[in-house]
Amino acid sequence: MRRVYLDHSATTPVRPEVLEAMLPFLKEDALGNPSTIYSYGREAKKALDEAREKVAYLIGARPEEVFFTSGGTEADNLALIGTAAANEKKGRHIITSSIEHHAVLHTAQYLMRQGFKVTFLPVTPEGLVRVEDVEEAITDETILISVMHVNNEVGTIQPIKEIGHLARERGIIFHTDAVQSVGKIPVDVDELNVDLLSASAHKIYGPKGVGCLYIRKGTRITPILHGGGQERKRRPGTENMPGIVGFGRAAELAGKELPHEMKRLQALRDKLIDGILERIEDVQVNGDRENRVATNANFSFRYVEGESLLLSLDMKGICASSGSACTSGSLDPSHVLLAMGIPHEVAHGSVRMTLGRDNTEADIDYVLEVMPEIVTRLRAMSPLYNK
Amino acid sequence: MSRVYSEKVMDHFTNPRNVGEIENPSGVGEVGNPVCGDIMRLYIQVEDGVIKDCKFKTFGCGAAIATSSMVTELVRGKTIEEALQITNKAVAEALDGLPAQKMHCSNLAADALHKAIEDYRNKNKKVS
Repeated sequence: MRRVYLDHSATTPVRPEVLEAMLPFLKEDALGNPSTIYSYGREAKKALDEAREKVAYLIGARPEEVFFTSGGTEADNLALIGTAAANEKKGRHIITSSIEHHAVLHTAQYLMRQGFKVTFLPVTPEGLVRVEDVEEAITDETILISVMHVNNEVGTIQPIKEIGHLARERGIIFHTDAVQSVGKIPVDVDELNVDLLSASAHKIYGPKGVGCLYIRKGTRITPILHGGGQERKRRPGTENMPGIVGFGRAAELAGKELPHEMKRLQALRDKLIDGILERIEDVQVNGDRENRVATNANFSFRYVEGESLLLSLDMKGICASSGSACTSGSLDPSHVLLAMGIPHEVAHGSVRMTLGRDNTEADIDYVLEVMPEIVTRLRAMSPLYNK
Repeated sequence: MSRVYSEKVMDHFTNPRNVGEIENPSGVGEVGNPVCGDIMRLYIQVEDGVIKDCKFKTFGCGAAIATSSMVTELVRGKTIEEALQITNKAVAEALDGLPAQKMHCSNLAADALHKAIEDYRNKNKKVS
C-alpha cells in the first residue's frame, strides 16, 4: 500500500545527513563533555559552538543568544516563567493569544495560579491576532507579550513584526513560539522585533528532545532549572551533544533549502486545497489562505467526525491529524478552531494535513483520489446528512 | 491509530452492519448531540414482541460507528425483554473491548437502543 505522511507539523523524520552528523556523538565521541579540559571535551565544545552558530544563523541571531533546551516546550516554559520571575517587581500582567500551543497556554495558566494576570487575546475568524487588540490589552503592569509565529493547527502567520514593534515602544518583553515557522518561512529575530523565540529540532528533520530559546542580549530572565553553569547559567545540565549537533545540521540544511522548498510545498498545498474543494461539497478551509505557512492545509468536512476520517485515511496509508475531541482525549474539540468561532460540530469534522520534504505531486493525487469516497461513505452513515 | 482498536472494532467500522433507516419504524432512539461530537440514531422494527430489524445512522468516531453496528447485530431476533438486558458492557465485550476513553461510545449505543424501545412502548400505549 502507498504510504503518505501528511503530519509534518506533528513531527518529521530525522534526515540521513542529520543522523550522520549525530552518530559520532553517540559512539566514539560520546566521552566528550564540553565542560572538560581534555581533548575529547575540547572537541565537543567545538561541535557545540558550531551547532550554536548554525542555529543562530537560521534565525538571524548571535550565537551567544541561543540557549539549547530539551525542546520547544521547555523553551516556552523558560520564556514565560523565567521572564515572569525576573520581572515581577515591574508588573504582573502577561498578554498572550487564545490559539497558542499548550506549551504556552498551560504555562500561562500556571502563572495565573501563581498570581499573575493573563490576557488571552481573541482571534479573527481567519485565525489571526489583531495588533489593535494587543495594543488595547497593554497596561502599566504588562511585562510580557507572547504570541506564536505560525499556528500549529491552521498554519496562520501572525503579525509578529508589528506586535514586536509595539512591545518595543512600550518597553515590554516580547516572546514568540516559532516552533512551526523556523525552517519553513524566513525568520529573523531583528526584523521580527522579538526578545525571546522558541524553536525545536524535530519539526525540521532533526532529532526529538532538543530545541532552543533565543534570548536577546540584555533580556532579563531567571532560569527555571538549577544546577551547573551550562548554557551561560540560563539552562544547566550536561549538553545533549548528539541532539544539539543534529539540530545544528538540520538548521543548516533547512536554511539552505528553504526558498526552494517553500515554493514547491506551497504549490503542492494549493493543489491539495483546491482539489479537495473541487471534488467534495460542504467543505471549508480553516485559517487564512494568504497569511499561511506553505505546509499547512486544514479542512472541516461537514456532517462527519474527524477521528472516523483519520481512521479511514489510515486504512489507505495516509497519516493526518484532527482537531476533533475524540483524537485529543478530551471532550472539547480544538481550542484553536473554537477560538476562531467555528461551531463545535464543524470543528469535530476537521482534518489537518501538513506537508514536508518527502511529499510529491503523486502523493497529493492519491489523497485527492481517495478522499471523496471516504467522505461519501461516512456521510452516508451520518444522521446529520440529508442529501 | 487502528492499533488502538481491536480487530472487531475495525471490522465493524470498515464494514458496518445495518446502516440506514427504517420506513415507519416501530421505534426510534436518538442520543448524543453534535456539540459532543457523537449522534446515534437507532431504528427498530418490532413484530409480535420480537425485534425483526434494526438500523442505525451515526455521526461520530470509529468506536461510535462500531458500537452502533454491533448493537444492531445483537438485538436482531431478540424479544423486547431480551433486548432490554443488553448493556453497554455487553456491546463493548462483543467488540473485544474498547479503549478506556471510548467506553462512553458503548453507553451511547445501549442508550439509543433503550430509547428506541421506550419510543416503541409509548407508541403502543397510545394505540391501545
